[in-house]
Amino acid sequence: MSQLIDMKNIGLQAADMVDVEKGRVKKELYSNPEIFEEELDRVFNNTWVFVGHESEVPEAGSFKTAYIGRQPVILSRDRKMNLHVLQNRCRHRGATVCEARKGKTKAFTCPYHGWGYGLDGSLRALPKPEEYDGVFDKSEMPLESLRVESYQGMVFATFNNDIEPLEEFLGGAKKWIDLFMKQGGGYPVKVLGEHRFNFPGNWKIQLENTTDAYHFPIVHKSFVSSLDDATADIFDFLDGEGFVEDLGNGHSVMVMIPQLVDLEADLEQPIPERFSALAQALRDEGKSEDEVKKLVRAAHGTGFNLNLFPNVSCSMAFFRVLRPVSVGETEIQHVALGGDGAPDAFNHKRMRLHEHFQGPMGFGTPDDGEAWERVQKGSMAGTDGWILVNRGMSKLRTSEDGNPQGAVCSETGMRGAYQQYKKMMAAAEEK
Amino acid sequence: MKSNTQLLAQVTEFIGYEADLLDHKAYQEWLSLWTDSGLYIVPTDLNETDYLNTLNLALDDADMRRMRVARLENGESVSAMSVGSTVRMVSRVRILEAGDELVIARCAMTLNELRHGKLVTYPANVEYTLKTGAEGLKLERKVVKLLHADGFLRTVSFIF
Repeated sequence: MSQLIDMKNIGLQAADMVDVEKGRVKKELYSNPEIFEEELDRVFNNTWVFVGHESEVPEAGSFKTAYIGRQPVILSRDRKMNLHVLQNRCRHRGATVCEARKGKTKAFTCPYHGWGYGLDGSLRALPKPEEYDGVFDKSEMPLESLRVESYQGMVFATFNNDIEPLEEFLGGAKKWIDLFMKQGGGYPVKVLGEHRFNFPGNWKIQLENTTDAYHFPIVHKSFVSSLDDATADIFDFLDGEGFVEDLGNGHSVMVMIPQLVDLEADLEQPIPERFSALAQALRDEGKSEDEVKKLVRAAHGTGFNLNLFPNVSCSMAFFRVLRPVSVGETEIQHVALGGDGAPDAFNHKRMRLHEHFQGPMGFGTPDDGEAWERVQKGSMAGTDGWILVNRGMSKLRTSEDGNPQGAVCSETGMRGAYQQYKKMMAAAEEK
Repeated sequence: MKSNTQLLAQVTEFIGYEADLLDHKAYQEWLSLWTDSGLYIVPTDLNETDYLNTLNLALDDADMRRMRVARLENGESVSAMSVGSTVRMVSRVRILEAGDELVIARCAMTLNELRHGKLVTYPANVEYTLKTGAEGLKLERKVVKLLHADGFLRTVSFIF
């Protein structure tokens, strides 16, 4: 008799593979396709997932396409400037109604039979409607919409109408999002573009990485070598005063450069020599000395990575968005940010800095990708085995916000994420 | 003034030479092909021409090119060490503009990369702006328009 898999137990089995006590997880979590399917259902279809930033849909009629797990969705702004997240699936025969990455439109029209939907998803028109007389009314067939809420311009959506409001879910992370958004240098944060790449590995490998300072001097040695001495010193943070804090609900923050947590503090300091060209360019654009100081300080981003479970991080100067494609493939977007209306010199500098480290051709990302690919490959060795996330476990302290906090190179953030993962994978069992 | 055939032959030879240097990782010699003001650009948006005002995959001035080469050569980058070889095919060279100082040419390129035993292919249109002079042609601008520029690429630890 063929072996029947008890799907009901997969979630619990996965939850059992997270050993919170000892700070370790079974390597099978990276490679078991049945567990992956359950993750899509129990994690991605069941919590707040980041779909975009409000600046990506700035005007009435603006839209962008995105994914929640494997499900294609559209983030749109209607004529009244309300945001919608719609399933990208015609209610007739299921074709996607939008394939563009972003743009502006008055309607989403299905290419198959011409059903036309408004920006709020309502079905507006369809050819030869009389054949549906007595079958259904147009008002019953909008594009299915998701619950959508945003915080500080970050738009999240969920298929689960019963979970807590977004702000409650973000909880302790909100304070850090507020700090992150100061990097517009006095201007609202705006998306300037994005890099896209994929790697042959499980999504959780990337999730772990965002609060992994331990890898930085090893994996990114070639990047640090490319920096001037003063900047290289700033990136030498493992022995510094930084920390990793578990913020609850799977979120965590890793502070690498404490002096760059609040970009609006210490503005009386003189502008370091290495930023003099940017400062001069800003003066040339007519900015006052106070503004120049604020912009220069903001230009390089914050000194921390904030990891928001399960798919986005506010990572120093950019958003990192992950999408699980299959158990062994993950797509990643590195979204570059600048100031909306900020001086050209500022936004140009931000884009050049992003290009330097991020994306498939940056000086950092390819080495991360290589390490993650090797993790996926190596995790196949042996029939059983553990991935260790127990670094710094015995030296935890309590932060001023009452959270567990460890050294900057501890794995406190990863443990926080896995705790939430465990909770979600097990909780659905109770339904 | 050269005839069109002579110029096409000169440009084709130059592009082939550059491709050979890159496939054989002769990066220092590659750096010497550039003017000081030259820009090596790999855009994310194929419709965009204002590269300074746009996020690119790469926009390298002379400093960034030197650093990019240093990163590939200094043995510190784990991904650079994992790139086995690249083989690029260049063809369909066409001169778009031939001025006294600058020649603009376009060609097709397919780059094949072997990494961890897997072949990855990158088709692209490549646009060259070449400066003419006594020492022959120099790279003033090279724009590599990957067919898959706005898609999800594998990471790149070589030079297109």
